[in-house]
Amino acid sequence: MSTEKPDGLTPSQTIGPFFAYALTPRAYGGSELATEQVAGEGVAGERIRIEGTVLDGDGAPVGDAMIETWQADAEGRFHAAGNAGFTGFGRAETSAEGGFFIETIRPGALPGPNGTTQAPHLTVSVFARGLLIRLATRIYFDDEPGNAQDPVLALVPAERRGTLIAKRGAGGIFRFDIRLQGEDETVFFDA
Amino acid sequence: MSLIYPRSGLKAHPLNNSPDYRSTLKRAPSQPLILLPHTLSETTGPVFGHVAVSEIDSDLTRAHAGEPLGERIIVTGRVLDEDGRPVPNTLIEIWQANAAGRYVHVRDQHPAPLDPNFTGAGRAVTDADGRYRFVTIKPGAYPWRNHHNAWRPAHIHFSLFGPSFLSRVITQMYFPGDPLFRFDPIFQSITDERARNRLVSRFDIETTEPEWALAYQFDIVLRGRDATPTEEPHEH
Ligand SMILES: [Fe+2]
Repeated sequence: MSTEKPDGLTPSQTIGPFFAYALTPRAYGGSELATEQVAGEGVAGERIRIEGTVLDGDGAPVGDAMIETWQADAEGRFHAAGNAGFTGFGRAETSAEGGFFIETIRPGALPGPNGTTQAPHLTVSVFARGLLIRLATRIYFDDEPGNAQDPVLALVPAERRGTLIAKRGAGGIFRFDIRLQGEDETVFFDA
Repeated sequence: MSLIYPRSGLKAHPLNNSPDYRSTLKRAPSQPLILLPHTLSETTGPVFGHVAVSEIDSDLTRAHAGEPLGERIIVTGRVLDEDGRPVPNTLIEIWQANAAGRYVHVRDQHPAPLDPNFTGAGRAVTDADGRYRFVTIKPGAYPWRNHHNAWRPAHIHFSLFGPSFLSRVITQMYFPGDPLFRFDPIFQSITDERARNRLVSRFDIETTEPEWALAYQFDIVLRGRDATPTEEPHEH
């Protein structure tokens, strides 16, 4: 088979406003490949719920976004054998009010570059009409002492670090809002 | 095979800051992106090969009792990495408007008819050679309110995962020779002409089936290169 080197990457385009009946088709009666439920019953780890709102530069809700999350299991492992019911992958469409949630287990710490340890986190993609390429961010947790040594948080200016840290509130729910633009804009990464 | 993800290819992508596409104005981040090292969190990703994607999921003309209206087409291609190696067992999700340019989505207000025999959503998993195949109908162009007399060129939305978080991409496939290309700020947001043209499928007479359907070919190149490329023999 030929492995002629391709001309280059296939460029990204916006997800547009009309993806739901294919990617998050619950309301259309379609089968879903992934949902807000990342961990099935019996998966080891602390059950957590993360809630948030996606907001634009005017502070208006973004009601046509899709959030995807990717994470390690409670032991900090990806694709661990024998961890049935845990894919590590979540997908949520925002509501008309811009809201989303993810129910999962708290991930474990995991190795980072150069012998460092990464604090528990979820890796996040944000897709929406008006975004020509997905935005990459991370969700950390405000009750993790390891945040202070996390090698990725250390790359973020101190005054913006808080945008990456979910805050535990009433009922133990973690709050993580995503501000696409403007004051308190969420930190997005060049991955 | 262990993959690395150089950043050099990323220049093919559009910038979120593309003001001719007006929805970007309040949604594109204004702060600079922060360079992220590629850790285990980024070099891994979900695997869907085990998920039952049935054969009928890739035939959008068979989702209902009757046949959809419009021009039946076959869309095939290969998913490759940056070295040109096939990406096997990777999930592709597609969605599109019907032949009249109308989406099933509840918020699509275009006054064109829905087709009771067409939803417009499909899935496939690439084979060992990275190949995929969909059967569908050619989507219509549709108006949008970005500017006066704004029409999207006919397109099929494609969502792909590849081997990791870093290879994840959502894009759109276009059809050759569309007169709307030069007026479309989404297509034109890709500033490099060669990169832009990689989103235009190729009419494929070889795959076209007599008395049945035209075929278009669309290869997709995802991020990722072999970390240990075999040394090419030197010519002397
Ligand atoms: Fe579209």
